[in-house]
Amino acid sequence: MTVNGTEYTRDVEPRMLLIHFIRDELELTGSHWGCDTSNCGACVLWLDGTPLKSCTALAAMANGRDIRTVEGLERGGELDPVQQGFIACHGLQCGFCTPGMLMTARWLIDHHPHPTEAEIREAISGQICRCTGYENIVRSVRWAAEHPSGAAS
Amino acid sequence: MQVPSHVEYEKAKSVEHALELLTRFGPEARVLAGGHSLIPMMKLRLAQPETLIDINGISGLSRITVADGELRIGALVRHGQLLASAVAAGHFPVLRDAEQVIADPIVRNWGTIGGSLCQADPSEDLSAAFGALRAIAVIQGRDGSRRVPVREFHLGPYETVVAPAELLTELRVPIAGDGSGSAYEKVSRRVGDWSIAAAGAVLTLSSDGTVTEAGIGLAAVGAGHFVSTAAEDFLRGQPATDAVFGQAGQVAAEHCQPAADQRGPVDYKRHLTGELTTRALRRAAIRVRARAGGQTV
Repeated sequence: MTVNGTEYTRDVEPRMLLIHFIRDELELTGSHWGCDTSNCGACVLWLDGTPLKSCTALAAMANGRDIRTVEGLERGGELDPVQQGFIACHGLQCGFCTPGMLMTARWLIDHHPHPTEAEIREAISGQICRCTGYENIVRSVRWAAEHPSGAAS
Repeated sequence: MQVPSHVEYEKAKSVEHALELLTRFGPEARVLAGGHSLIPMMKLRLAQPETLIDINGISGLSRITVADGELRIGALVRHGQLLASAVAAGHFPVLRDAEQVIADPIVRNWGTIGGSLCQADPSEDLSAAFGALRAIAVIQGRDGSRRVPVREFHLGPYETVVAPAELLTELRVPIAGDGSGSAYEKVSRRVGDWSIAAAGAVLTLSSDGTVTEAGIGLAAVGAGHFVSTAAEDFLRGQPATDAVFGQAGQVAAEHCQPAADQRGPVDYKRHLTGELTTRALRRAAIRVRARAGGQTV
């Protein structure tokens, strides 16, 4: 499979979950392993361009496919506008839910460049944050939508 | 840490290949589509298949089309795809209503329509929606395909008529005329949760506002085959008024068999069943009238 533009080939047990493959085999520990029951969304990454809760997929299902994780957000040493938004608006405290939130936020803005507050809340409705009360996450996503080129814009 | 127990894995390249693999690996093989019901069940050892047959690579099962007067929904269509389908919602708004309240957007990206039906969870919303619509399930075997009404598809909780060497390939819904409308209403404890109770209503009205046909689907309240034939029988021939819809709700509530659990006691679920059936009927009737006036609601 291709992860953040790099091709990886590994032999895995069929029962290995995608999140464990990404974290333990490829040592990309940005994606978090949370509730294990597809409720919390800490493990959200993109499979073929679509957000997926990777605790609920087998690594084998991603065979030959394209994955993007939170490590693949920054470009040329520059943080993605969603990452900048979370910094600017205090979108995180402990940071555990953040990688999943960032991947969903990037997808949302790619598909709806000017999301309403309701659309942002709907988009992250399958993800749990226990620190921020979501207000700052929503603000952060909106910041990113308003600054498509990051702080420079 | 929750991980599935040891399992073999095969990738099916086509429907024929999937059927061949299912035949070869026998009744302990399970079809893997979105995996969003099966993988959690495997983690909990509620399911322990020996072999998984991954059908995600099969092309041709992910389409939503209209042909021969039917809306056809491939078994591998994802929930999000059905939710976004203007064709599906245009004919049957009940499908969009139901999809809006199934799980969450990320789960809807990958969970499939066929997987939901085959999982046959008693709280599953699409079983009620397709039951109300009198949809047909197309099931493929090595010797050909058969069409089974969704109302005969479920044998009980987590059990369907799909045999070990068969594959559900499509849902088909006969397209109704202008006098029809549909809606779905659900109450759950929080966004994305299973229903405490849910009701789908499909109505066909004559020009004078008489109910000529009705479909009532119920989820999570122990309704046989996810429908309330008693409420449907009551509605046929009645005027489409709020009073009649209220009575139909009561009939649906009386004839379902909810079980008390962490989501609520029996009387509460019965009350919800009545209220949600009435609301779904009202909304379906509003949609029939709006459609006659060239609007969408």
